[in-house]
Amino acid sequence: MYNPQLNAQGQLQHLLSIEGLPKRILTDILDTAENFVGVAEREVKKVPLLRGKTVCNIFFENSTRTRTTFEIAAKRLSADVLNLNVSTSSQSKGETILDTVNNLIAMHADMFVVRHQQSGAAHFIAQHVPPHISVINAGDGRHAHPTQGLLDVFTIRKYKPEMHNLRVAIVGDVLHSRVARSEIHALTTLGVPEIRVIAPRTLLPTDVEKLGVQVFHNMEQGLKDVDVVMMLRLQNERMSGALLPSSQEFFQTFGLTPERLALAKPDAIVMHPGPMNRGVEIDSAVADGKQSVILPQVTYGIAVRMAVMAILGGGNAA
Amino acid sequence: MNIVIKQGRLMDASQSLDQVKDLYISAGKIVAIGEAPAGFKADQTLDASGKWVLPGLVDLCARLREPGSEYKATLLSELRAAMAGGVTSLACPPDTDPVLDEPGLVEMLKHRAKSQALAHVYPLGAVTRQLEGQLLTEMYALTAAGCVGFSQADTAIVDTQVLWRAFEYAASFGYTLFMRAEDPYLAKNGVAQDGEVASRLGLKGIPSAAESIALQTMLRIAQATGVRLHIARVSTAESVELIRQAKQSGMQVTADVSIQHLHLTDMDIGFFDGMVNLKPPVRTQRDRDALRAGLVDGTLDAVCSDHTPVDDDAKALPFAEAHPGASALELLLPLTLKWAAQAKLAPVQALQKITQIPADILGIKAGNLQLNSIADVVIYDPEMEWRVDGRVLVSQGKNTPFVHHALTGKVTATLTQGNLVFQQETLKLAHH
Repeated sequence: MYNPQLNAQGQLQHLLSIEGLPKRILTDILDTAENFVGVAEREVKKVPLLRGKTVCNIFFENSTRTRTTFEIAAKRLSADVLNLNVSTSSQSKGETILDTVNNLIAMHADMFVVRHQQSGAAHFIAQHVPPHISVINAGDGRHAHPTQGLLDVFTIRKYKPEMHNLRVAIVGDVLHSRVARSEIHALTTLGVPEIRVIAPRTLLPTDVEKLGVQVFHNMEQGLKDVDVVMMLRLQNERMSGALLPSSQEFFQTFGLTPERLALAKPDAIVMHPGPMNRGVEIDSAVADGKQSVILPQVTYGIAVRMAVMAILGGGNAA
Repeated sequence: MNIVIKQGRLMDASQSLDQVKDLYISAGKIVAIGEAPAGFKADQTLDASGKWVLPGLVDLCARLREPGSEYKATLLSELRAAMAGGVTSLACPPDTDPVLDEPGLVEMLKHRAKSQALAHVYPLGAVTRQLEGQLLTEMYALTAAGCVGFSQADTAIVDTQVLWRAFEYAASFGYTLFMRAEDPYLAKNGVAQDGEVASRLGLKGIPSAAESIALQTMLRIAQATGVRLHIARVSTAESVELIRQAKQSGMQVTADVSIQHLHLTDMDIGFFDGMVNLKPPVRTQRDRDALRAGLVDGTLDAVCSDHTPVDDDAKALPFAEAHPGASALELLLPLTLKWAAQAKLAPVQALQKITQIPADILGIKAGNLQLNSIADVVIYDPEMEWRVDGRVLVSQGKNTPFVHHALTGKVTATLTQGNLVFQQETLKLAHH
C-alpha cells in the first residue's frame, strides 16, 4: 500500500505515524537513538549533523514540554530552531493552515515539527510541502504521536530487551489518546505478543481490539503478570460529557496504586508520557517508586527525537 | 422549433422502451417516436447513432449554493453543471443563507432559475423556521410559491413534539417531507463511520445507531400521522432493513441513497482524504453492500447526487475541518450506470431510479420520454472514456472523492424543453 511517509526508495521522508512503517525503519531509529544517548553526557553536547539546517516547530496547539524536547534535540544536532506558536498568532487573524505553512516554506525551513489539534493535520501538511522538506508529527488530534511511541518502545527495549516475550498493559483514556495509538502500533510492529488496554468502555475507541489488543475493564485482571504498565494522562475535561463521573471514582477503579502494581510481575516497569495527574491516574508512591522509569523516558525522548531528525535530515549516527 | 434525434437507443422504463428509434420534438414536447408525424419538417437533426437517448435526469438533492454561498458556486455555474450531467430537474434543499423558509425567497429562486432556462429547479422549503426545529414554516404559502416538499436538510428536529406536529401539519395538506435521519447528539462532532477506520485515524465517529434511532422515531411518527415521508440519503445496512420492514407493513415511505454512498466506504478515507468528508459519513463495506442490494430490490427507491459544491479553500484543511460534501451532478449518470453494470441490472431498469421514480416522489411531470411530455432529453455516449478531474467538471465545486477515477460514459448533449442547451464538442451536428 502507498505510504505517504516513505519516498520512492522506501526511506523515511516524513514521520507522521508509526502505523504502516516497516520494522526495519523503527529498529533503525531506535539503534540510531542509542548512539545519541551519550551525547548529553559529553562536555560539548552537540553533534554537527544538521548544521546549517533550519528546524521549525509549528505548534497549533500549546505544549511547552514536547516543543522543548524537540528544540533541545534539534539544537544538539546543531540546527537553527524557529518556534512558532500558531494558536496564539496568525490563526486568530484568519490565516489558514496552508498560509502558515507556505510562509515557512518561503523562509527556507528544512524540517517542520508539527502539532495540531486535528487528526490528520500532519498528513495534510506533508501533502503540501515540496519534497526537500520533512514533516515530523508531534501530535495530531487523537491520531498519532509517533516520537512518543518510539521513545516508549526505546525505553522498554532498554529495560526489557526481549520484546518478543513481553506482556504490556496500556491504562486509561485510550479513546482520546494519540500516544496510546502510537504505542500500540510500535509495540505490534516490534513483535510484542500481548498488548492489553485497560479502561472503562467510555474511554475506549470502537473496535479497539482490531488494533491488535486485548480489552480489560478491570485493573486487577488486566495488570496480572504484565512486564510493562503504560499509564495515560487523563484530561480534566473528560469529566464533562458523561465519559466519567469523577476523577476520584476513576482513581478508585483505574488508578495505579502500589497494591495494584503488585499484581504485575515483580520487575515490571511503570511508564507515563507526562504530564502526570498524581492521584487521578497514578499514585505518587508509584510515580516516584523504584519501578518507575518516567524520568528516563524524558531523557531518552531527546535521543529518539535526535535520531528521527538525523535520519530525516540525511545524516548518519553520531 | 422541430428537432429530430436520429438512430439513438431510446430508453424509458415508464413505457418499456429500449430500442433504436428516432425521437421527434416539436414546440418543446416529444411528438413522436419512430415515424415522423405528418408534415414534420426538422429544423435541427441530431445524429445519435451509437448513443443512448434518455429522459432528462431528476435529482432529489442538489445544492446550488444560492442564495448565500456564491463564493462556493452560483445558480448559473451549477445549472450548467446540471446540463453537463444530463440533470434536467432537480430538488434543492433549504439550507441556503438565508434559509428557504419564506415564500419570497422561494419565488426569487424559482424566478432566477427559470430565467436561465436550463434545469427545472424545484425548491424544498424548510420544515421549521431557520431550520431551528422549533417553529413551523408557512408550508401552504411556501407551496404556493413553488415548493414541492419540505426538508430540514442536514439538521434535525430534536424536539419530538415539534417533529410530530410537523408531520401532522404536512399530512393535513398532503405535502411530502424529505427527511435525513440522524440523531444530533450521537452524531455530534462526528466526521466518520464509528468503527475500525475512525478509531485508527483518531477521527470522531458517528455510529450507525445515530441513523437508526432517528429513523425509527420518524417511521413511528409517520405511521401515526400518515404523512408522506421520504428518507433522504440512507447510509447504513440497519436503515435499509428498517425501511424494508416499514414498506412490508404497508407504510407509504420512500428513500434514496447518494451516489457517493453507493460506491464508497470508510476505507476510501485513506490517509485523511478530505474529499471523503461527507454527510452522512460513508460507512463500511457491509453497509455499502446492503445499500446496493436495497436499491436493486426497491427498498431504496432512488439515487440522488447530493451535489454539494465546496470551494478549494474550504476543502484544503485537515480532515475534520474540511467542509463536507461532494460535487456530483456530472457524475450521477455514469456512476449510476457503473453500479448497474456491477449489479448486473439492465441500464433501463437502473435509469428509472434517477428519472421516473424520483419524479414520482417529487410529484412532478418529468423523467420519461412519453408522447406529449416536455422534451427534457439526454444523449449519452456509453463508451466515452474519461477521467474525473477538476478541469473537466463544469461545476464551480471541483470537490469530488472520485477525482482521478476513470469512468466510461458521458453526456454528449442535453435538451430542456426541446432546446439544445448543452453539447460536447465531439457530437456530430447536422443542419437541414
